[in-house]
Amino acid sequence: MNKLQTLLEASEIILADGAMGTMLFEAGLQFGDLPEVWNIAHPDLVRAVQRGYLQAGAQMLLTNTFGGNRFRLAMHNLDRRVAELNRTGAVTLRAEVEAAGNRALVAGDIGPSGEILAPLGTLEYGDAVAGFAEQAQALISGGVDVIWIETMSALEEMRAAMEGVRQVSPDTPIIATMTIDTRGRTMMGVTPEQAVKAMSEWGAAAVGGNCGNGPDEILGVIQKMHAAAPDLVLVAKSNAGLPELVHGKAVYTTGPQAMAGYSAAVKAAGARIIGACCGSTPAHLQAMAEVLGVNHR
Amino acid sequence: MTDQEPAIAELETPELIEKIQDDLYDGLADEVVGGVNELLRRGLTPYDTLTRALVGGMDIVGVDFRDGILFVPEVLMSAKAMKAGMVILRPLLAETGAPQIGTMVIGTVKGDIHDIGKNLVAMMMEGAGFRVENLGINNDVDKFLNAIREHNPEIVGMSALLTTTMPYMGVVIKALKEHGLRDKLIVLVGGAPLNAAFAEEIEADAYCRDAAVAVETAKKLIAIKRGQAVPAPQ
Repeated sequence: MNKLQTLLEASEIILADGAMGTMLFEAGLQFGDLPEVWNIAHPDLVRAVQRGYLQAGAQMLLTNTFGGNRFRLAMHNLDRRVAELNRTGAVTLRAEVEAAGNRALVAGDIGPSGEILAPLGTLEYGDAVAGFAEQAQALISGGVDVIWIETMSALEEMRAAMEGVRQVSPDTPIIATMTIDTRGRTMMGVTPEQAVKAMSEWGAAAVGGNCGNGPDEILGVIQKMHAAAPDLVLVAKSNAGLPELVHGKAVYTTGPQAMAGYSAAVKAAGARIIGACCGSTPAHLQAMAEVLGVNHR
Repeated sequence: MTDQEPAIAELETPELIEKIQDDLYDGLADEVVGGVNELLRRGLTPYDTLTRALVGGMDIVGVDFRDGILFVPEVLMSAKAMKAGMVILRPLLAETGAPQIGTMVIGTVKGDIHDIGKNLVAMMMEGAGFRVENLGINNDVDKFLNAIREHNPEIVGMSALLTTTMPYMGVVIKALKEHGLRDKLIVLVGGAPLNAAFAEEIEADAYCRDAAVAVETAKKLIAIKRGQAVPAPQ
């Protein structure tokens, strides 16, 4: 049994972590800076965010590698640093988890390429697979327990990412979540039912939704996924609402109590891995841990 | 000779226009090209071919995208078919001195490397007959200023997907004012974290929720600017 299966056997609910990107911007990340570079430049600040989530009770944390594929790094002329940035991201999080008593899983975070696959777009499927395989290889060599592919909107790209992971590792568990934020579908028109069916057929250990327009939207997604596939391990990782502009600064207005309510609601709807996305903080996670009864000490 | 040609030749012109619109909707580039050539052969002007067949067809695509009937993949296919038709029409439009629908300079702002949504707006604007200068990602004030001086657009579009990069749109608008360019331009902004209140705060002319809304808004504001009747919403 792998570590994810063991944890799922032991607990009804797994609390995943909260946002990384918006926390790093709070910590001083600037216009145009790449969050993944902070794995090397400011590992202390990355670890401080992760420590906050561990202390709040998170049982699964994501590496700071969301944009760490060669396609996105190439936009900053950093595509030669895929291995270094991802491996360091994994090693950094592993160190923080060990320092906190080694009670949480380390998930290697893979986000979208930022491109559209051919023939609609220009990214060839084989190139996409190779790019994701490269990132997965680095994360796995850095010691992650699972790979978490998130924020996808196209099924073909999700498939390419999963295939890339499988090219370098036959058995690292894969968690796969899509962003279902456009009138009940992904930007590319994928329904929750289509997403859940495809991702489980391709071998994901857990499937679900992340990011998007906030808790109400994800609750609907989980309900639909649960109805379509009642036996699957479902994942919800909602934004803390949508940002509002306050004095020229984007502020997420959904507070910890509202996010606690969201976690209870998605749990009731059938989600077993529950976390938060953009705009959330350790305070949100703390409130979620309390309402979910996650006992971490 | 393809199998299509006899069928096309038998259609009355209004039916042929409708067929081209259907083919655009279905993203059938070869069929659109065949239809455009046939309309031109019948003596329709390049401008009428553009506006009645292609722009008319993309209007329907835009409305269905806005209403959640079509999603990005279908729109991309339609935009590709539109582009194939424009390859034929563009030189002819220039030759015949056809009226310009308008020009847009569009880019994702500094610090932001997201371009799918912005490219979709660019394609839909081209679909509506606009000439579009797409500056790509990560554009600072100077890139916008230079492009505006070079292409003399009526419309500037700015995109951002990050809450941290969206305020830079305000920086660009401020620079447009300082250079005396702001009043001549229609400034449209868009991107997932934006809303109308943000557009108002940075003094853009409008926030556009998606590519279809961007096209509608652009047409409306250009008509107002030129003192024409505002096109009826669909």
